[in-house]
Amino acid sequence: MIQFSSVHVLYLLEAAKWTIALSLIALIGGATLGLTLALARVSRIKMLRLAATGYIQVIQGTPLLIVLFLSYYGLSIAGYRLDALVAAGLSLTVFCGAFLGEIWRGCIEAVPRTMWEASDCLGLNRMQQYIYVILPQAMRIAIPPTVGFMVEAVKNTSLASVIGFVELARAGQIVNNSTFRPLLVFALVGAIYFAICYPISVASRRLEKRFHAPR
Amino acid sequence: MSYEFGFSFLSERWPAFLAGAWLTIQLTSVAIVFGFALGTICALTRVYAHPLLRRFVGGYVEVIRNTPLLMQIFIVYFGIASLGLKLSADVAAVIALVINMGAYATEIMRAGIEAIPKTQIEAADVLGLNRLQVIARIVLLPAIERVYPALTGQCVLLMLASSLTSQISTEELTAVAEEVQSETYRSFEVYVVAAMIYLALSLLYRIGFWAVGTVLFVRRRHLDTPL
Repeated sequence: MIQFSSVHVLYLLEAAKWTIALSLIALIGGATLGLTLALARVSRIKMLRLAATGYIQVIQGTPLLIVLFLSYYGLSIAGYRLDALVAAGLSLTVFCGAFLGEIWRGCIEAVPRTMWEASDCLGLNRMQQYIYVILPQAMRIAIPPTVGFMVEAVKNTSLASVIGFVELARAGQIVNNSTFRPLLVFALVGAIYFAICYPISVASRRLEKRFHAPR
Repeated sequence: MSYEFGFSFLSERWPAFLAGAWLTIQLTSVAIVFGFALGTICALTRVYAHPLLRRFVGGYVEVIRNTPLLMQIFIVYFGIASLGLKLSADVAAVIALVINMGAYATEIMRAGIEAIPKTQIEAADVLGLNRLQVIARIVLLPAIERVYPALTGQCVLLMLASSLTSQISTEELTAVAEEVQSETYRSFEVYVVAAMIYLALSLLYRIGFWAVGTVLFVRRRHLDTPL
């Protein structure tokens, strides 16, 4: 048995970088997909609305772990080499996209109707309405819940450990397997997650207070 | 691409899936009941109790909400075992899920309790209701009604998150799927089946919550207006 030492702490911190990298992949991919879904959800084309709603319902009704396994094994069936990073990045994108899509749909719908009407009167077309009138206001509403969701994204990267991708949670398991100090190791891993997530939570609350201040 | 999909494993293994789904329902339901109770007590503490207790509850909520459930499960299962108290996987899973659900329920219930106008409590006092009656009828029931959609959503998320307990060898739905795929090599198909069962379970929980809500909220049933 190996004694728990500073080497292990450094190893965990190194792995935390992968957690952050994976979170960024999930957020960037999820944001792109989420914006598409949100716009499809409020589209005038019924088919698009139905497709986006169906997608969101299915993903929000399935555990991320199952999505992760599906993309991991699905990729191999499609003939790609099994790569844990690709599978994890893909499923986190799919997952974050569904949740962000739903959050942002609410934000777009929260923009007062009169804004649509006013911009109609000004002769803006649908595209211009989104770019100049609706989305800038929706964005303001969307910032606090989006920042709040980032915490969920960071925490959910821990599931990538299950398909063998070495990020913080997996590194914790590896260290625990060699040192047999589960309480110490997993508490430390938890503390590192907390150090990443707590500032984001606080930021989300601050932003909410600021944006909800009476205008 | 010459892959042929095959679902023939279902004809033999469906009882295993059913048993897994049943354990998922059991784990989740116990966790929802106790987690909600814990959350309600914590929310009342958070709003009405001594500032020191409030801070303590606040700390619990922040720690749980800012760390992954997977780590919480590992700490309960492996951590407590290393202290010499050996818990079975099922018990450890339930404890971790209750602790997790409790934190989220605290935040949701706190929002509901804080939304109760002070005048309502004062009016109830004037009418001679005792402390317990005020808390149960004037504070808690309307608070639950107000946050019911959020509570439902959180419970469905908890059911989905219970899939993580497969990682400490709890024999629930995801663990069953892992076992079947390792024996049949039909990984993709097995997880498609598991995903569909989870979808059905989410629907089941949503219907269940709707039914409970209809029975519980007499006011809404009669008036059909949001609170």
